[in-house]
Amino acid sequence: MIVIDIEKKMRTYQGPQILRVDSWIAAHTITKISGPSGSGKTTLLKAIAGLVTPEKGRISFEGKLWLDTKQNFNLPPQKRKVGFVFQNYALFPHMTVMQHMEYATTDRDWINSLLHFAKLDTLVTHRPEYLSGGQQQRLAIIRALATKPELLLMDEPFSALDYDMRRDTVNQLVYIINEIGATCIIVSHNPNEIDHIATNYLKIG
Amino acid sequence: MDWSPIWLTLKLAATTTIILLLIGLPLAYWLSKGRSFVKIVLDALITMPLVLPPSVLGFYLLLAFSPQHGLGHWLQQTFSLQLVFSFPGLVLASVIYSLPFMIGPIKSALQQLPLSLSQASYTLGKTEYQTFRKILLPNIRPSLLTAVVLTFAHTLGEFGVVLMIGGNIPNVTRVASIAIYDSVENMDYASANTYSLILFSLTFAIVMAVFIFNKHTAKSPLE
Repeated sequence: MIVIDIEKKMRTYQGPQILRVDSWIAAHTITKISGPSGSGKTTLLKAIAGLVTPEKGRISFEGKLWLDTKQNFNLPPQKRKVGFVFQNYALFPHMTVMQHMEYATTDRDWINSLLHFAKLDTLVTHRPEYLSGGQQQRLAIIRALATKPELLLMDEPFSALDYDMRRDTVNQLVYIINEIGATCIIVSHNPNEIDHIATNYLKIG
Repeated sequence: MDWSPIWLTLKLAATTTIILLLIGLPLAYWLSKGRSFVKIVLDALITMPLVLPPSVLGFYLLLAFSPQHGLGHWLQQTFSLQLVFSFPGLVLASVIYSLPFMIGPIKSALQQLPLSLSQASYTLGKTEYQTFRKILLPNIRPSLLTAVVLTFAHTLGEFGVVLMIGGNIPNVTRVASIAIYDSVENMDYASANTYSLILFSLTFAIVMAVFIFNKHTAKSPLE
């Protein structure tokens, strides 16, 4: 279970705002986060991952404390072992598809099965600039899965995929998430994108 | 013709560039992250040599490292180190004077990289050092090359600071720019022309090489 009780100041296009989240999410579930633009969905994911620090609050995962501002405790992102799919993919421009995967893990079999899942097994020597938007997004997804994270945080992970590819990717992703036993939190704008796989819903803003 | 000013200049430029690369990379990385008041002050100090007359910097360095005064006196007494009118003194002055040419391009390139690149690396369990070496550094290569070349080329042409702290001692501190000035003073225009032509050709070749190397990644080596 992940328990979140945080307050984080944000600068949005509407001016300064405060993101307040007090919620919990059961382990091994898929949670959909939704809310209007600028409501803090991405900030919430980054706060959980340890990439931004809330001014106040507490986050714990499976009984392990990740953040407690009262104790001045903040576990670094490297030790939280989350998988993170960034909205802008955050692919490394100088690395090929294979180098991305090898940077994340040394498990060759796991790399091969993820490449197969993302239909990137024939593009392993390509750098991101030579991949389509959909291929880049799939690479971002499998790079996040490469470390077999206990918690997978995904920020609009299917936005660049066409309808068929999205359906296949979502269905196979559920299989992989179950296989590695991960808890998954997905930010999504699209009302129909993941509603059939999400077991929890969190609305913010 | 006396080739020692040319060799001395190249030695000074190479030593300065190597030292500045070692100092500049971590310093530029630190400065590129966030904006505290301390960083703003340090940034301004590093930028000063760009706008300050070289003679001003040279004068204060001369005072600071003079064996008759505080720091220079202490260095002489403790380490038997005399920086004024010596090659190590020239190196120190060049390092200070060329600092903005190394820091500027590297810091600017690091600030232009999306923050999510290093964040993605952290979520893959990589340390800050691993992220810097494997992710950030390869993605600022053109700017790094620009910084190295600008530092080297700028040191080749240093005059004011070098003259103030090093003087004009053959084989020790008499670099090419001072040899040119000296030759002109002595009406030896042939030597002045040779030294000038060598410096011009060398600098042009270096800057051209950067333009060619960076033509796919940057519009100008100054970016």
